[in-house]
Amino acid sequence: MAVVKLDSGYNIGVNPDSCTFFGYPAESTVKKTRVPQKKDLPVLSIVSTGGTIASRIDYRTGSVTSQFDADDILVAIPELAKVAQYRTIPLATILSENMTPSIWQELARAVYKEIQSGVTGIIITHGTDTMAYSAAALSFMIDTPVPVVFVGSQRSADRPSSDNAMNAVCAASAATSDLGEVAVVMHATTNDDTCAIHRGTRVRKMHSSRRDAFRSMGIDPLGFVAYPSREVTLKSHTVRRGSRKLALHDKLEKHCGLVQFYPGMSPELLKAYEGYKGLVLAGTGLGHVSTALIPTLKKLIQGGTLVVMTTQCMQGRVCDRVYDTGRDLLSAGVIEGGDMLPEAALVKMMWVLGNERDPEKAAERMQEDLKGEYNRRSTHGL
Amino acid sequence: MDYKEAGLTAGIEIHQQLNTKEKLFCHCPALLRNSSEHSGEFFRYLRVTESEMGEIDRAAQEELKRDRKFHYFTYDTTCLVENDEEPPAPLNDEALSVCLTIAKMFGMTPVRQVHTMRKLVIDGSNTSGFQRTALVALNGVLPTGGEIETICLEEEAAQRVKDDIFSLDRLGIPLIEITTSPCMHSPEEVQEVAEYIGMVLRSTGRVKRGIGTIRQDVNISIRGGARVEIKGVQELDLIAEVVRREVQRQQNLLAISNELTKKKSSVNDTAKNVTELFKETKSTVLKKAKRVYAIRLEGFAGLVGREIQPDRRLGSEMSDYAKKCGVGGIFHTDELPAYGITAEEVARLRAYINADSRDCVVIVAAVNDTQAACAVNQVIIRAQVALSDKPVPEETRKMLETGSSAYMRPLPGAARMYPETDVLPVIVDDDRLNTITIPELLTVKAERYAQEYAIDLNYATRLVLSEKLPLFERAVAEGIKPKLAVFTILSTCTELRREGVEVGKISDEDYLATWHAVDTGRAAKEAIPDLFRGLASGDTLDEVLQKLAPAVSRQDLESIIHTIITDRSDFVLQKGQAALGPLMGVVMSEVRGSVDGKVVSEILKKEISAVLAAKKP
Repeated sequence: MAVVKLDSGYNIGVNPDSCTFFGYPAESTVKKTRVPQKKDLPVLSIVSTGGTIASRIDYRTGSVTSQFDADDILVAIPELAKVAQYRTIPLATILSENMTPSIWQELARAVYKEIQSGVTGIIITHGTDTMAYSAAALSFMIDTPVPVVFVGSQRSADRPSSDNAMNAVCAASAATSDLGEVAVVMHATTNDDTCAIHRGTRVRKMHSSRRDAFRSMGIDPLGFVAYPSREVTLKSHTVRRGSRKLALHDKLEKHCGLVQFYPGMSPELLKAYEGYKGLVLAGTGLGHVSTALIPTLKKLIQGGTLVVMTTQCMQGRVCDRVYDTGRDLLSAGVIEGGDMLPEAALVKMMWVLGNERDPEKAAERMQEDLKGEYNRRSTHGL
Repeated sequence: MDYKEAGLTAGIEIHQQLNTKEKLFCHCPALLRNSSEHSGEFFRYLRVTESEMGEIDRAAQEELKRDRKFHYFTYDTTCLVENDEEPPAPLNDEALSVCLTIAKMFGMTPVRQVHTMRKLVIDGSNTSGFQRTALVALNGVLPTGGEIETICLEEEAAQRVKDDIFSLDRLGIPLIEITTSPCMHSPEEVQEVAEYIGMVLRSTGRVKRGIGTIRQDVNISIRGGARVEIKGVQELDLIAEVVRREVQRQQNLLAISNELTKKKSSVNDTAKNVTELFKETKSTVLKKAKRVYAIRLEGFAGLVGREIQPDRRLGSEMSDYAKKCGVGGIFHTDELPAYGITAEEVARLRAYINADSRDCVVIVAAVNDTQAACAVNQVIIRAQVALSDKPVPEETRKMLETGSSAYMRPLPGAARMYPETDVLPVIVDDDRLNTITIPELLTVKAERYAQEYAIDLNYATRLVLSEKLPLFERAVAEGIKPKLAVFTILSTCTELRREGVEVGKISDEDYLATWHAVDTGRAAKEAIPDLFRGLASGDTLDEVLQKLAPAVSRQDLESIIHTIITDRSDFVLQKGQAALGPLMGVVMSEVRGSVDGKVVSEILKKEISAVLAAKKP
């Protein structure tokens, strides 16, 4: 079908055979507006991985454009100009399901360079689907003295009701605050009243479409940003600005996997991981897989694969010392992953195995708290 | 008034809610609720976004002048789609079918691939900030010779509860929008076309009925005037009056413009801060205001206060414009002294801003300088239009109760349309079009009923236009006598309604049960008004029957019938067995319908036979 745009603005699909070619329309240029930035405000770097903050449909390509410089962003979200001045680093324009560990590494390097140049904070625009993985990855790869804030939108930026603007304004406020770690800043409720600041290693997308999909798991949020006042409040457990010295550890072992166990799962599926350096299991309850899988797991471990158990419950801690199956898993060499989120455990495993050759030490590190991903105490209920 | 001479051109848009099972883009029931039943609420801000062409729509731009924080009520019959928290479901196929049927009835060309668009509306009535709409068919004809330009399938907007609070029950109910070309040239013609289209829509039996389920927008222009869209005409009877008043308004605006030109009027001044002048005023509005600004309109005296429509002046138009900045309205010297503002204060004001008797001074009261400047600027813009050679601005207006109208916003342009990227286009192929059957027009149905059921054509016409038509059809199908049903629906109910009985509370099931009771002889036809009074007060049919006449035992019944027969033995002897029918009525009214007709007839027959046998020689 050929799509025709009528004078009324409506589109209709018509049979191409019923169309006559008259010629091409004159090239239309999208107006470009310059927006002056206030020189006395702190400088933030916006690193983009996908065009979620300011985007609209582009008929030339048929997709959503990621026009991306400071002017575009400030035209789309004028409120941002009250918070800071901005530099923009277009790193990638991908849908977040197409994110890879290699891009995490590029992202970490770009962020490191920006922090080195002395900016007050970093904003990373990111699709929401895998934002939590990327936030965890950067948490491990960078020791940051300044806020590194991931932000996105659940409802597309081309709608008047989009959460993009409020999220961006809150993210900018968090990025100029006393925060000193990698975080995700998104709507805290369905209302346009508050954004929550979540720790990069303890955040999860818990709803496919709601604005307030992102939740801190097992801990309280690091803080909140009120809207429209932009007031930032940080909790006592939050790492403060300047607490950590800038460092980049960008090595990752990409041969790691994450498998969710289900009743009746075939051992054959686990065999696919032979030769992998590490495997995270999202087991049931306290951290179980069926007894039928244990011999295969044992073989994997003997073959040099680090196997860490987490729970698909998402909330709570693994304990493989309560039931027989758990004890069998431990004797097969499976490592308990504490209360780590399965995704965070996977990313951590990539980072640990990328930086630690000794298998025993790597296993030990998996059970240490590196960036707030592993709580020694369970203080938080459901 | 010679409307041809005036160059009247009018078109209408009819918005009719469809009676589908589910909403247009989600699986919630298309059900209206009472706002007191809401189960939750939330609030959002709406922002202006650019069109796909990088433009901002002028109607949306106008809304930017105010804070756009909106509250929404949710229900157990609404979901995350209405909350703008979930992508839309595919276009409701049932609703599309209704539209295609109506398109066929008007002989229109259906669109072969239907694309859903987002029409930018940021007045808060849509949580998303846009209304989803799809063009379904083009180029229809009206029997009057006019054309129907388009049929669109749209989602209904949320209903305003109060101020910036909206109710989400209505949001997403499917709506058909029928747009005629500007093909009408008299107020009566507009009304007739609206009535005709309404009749066609109701002929499908697939549209919602009742107040608020159909709304007309009227597009009107006259020679020298401009296209003005008047939204929200709910009563059909008012359409002609709305057109008449708009013609009047445009003509008066043209006349004012002529006078202003003759007087060499102008709007050259800048606004002045006159807050100090009203420090001691008795006017509560001005006293409360943090800032009072005034603007001199040179040569406008007498014209700002001139009536252009019943209860509307040029000053009202300026006031509507100023309100967009959040002020409550304006004052102008054509209406002063009044509202607590004294003649002395007016004189001081005139002197302060060098206004003489030819000039009109407009005052705005605001909370700060920004708001005051915004409001004065709006007054200046409207005044400049009034004295220009195009003194009627192209506008979207809302109808006021009496048929006059007030300014809402500029006419929107094509820049407000954006493709709905979350909804896939729908193919409409020949197979689908060929299976559509055209329903019988209600006018044709009325003629058929008049003939088939031997009822008066006027009566039949009222019946087919009644909301109870489906009930009537059901009753006839169940074997109820058509005349009984028609009489109950049109006469009995109308009389009861006049009496103040809440007939609307009686369910269709109760209507049918009542008729069946009459049919089987459990109740007398004459008892229907009493039965309905009881049903309307909340009793069940059995309870009402019981109350009207306590159940009569077989023994009592036999004795009642015996007395009746004895009293009328002459009649029985004269008529023989034929006395049964008339006596049946006598017995039924005596026992007030609380017995089974079969039993009565059985006993009657026995008694009649007994009388006849006794008298036999």
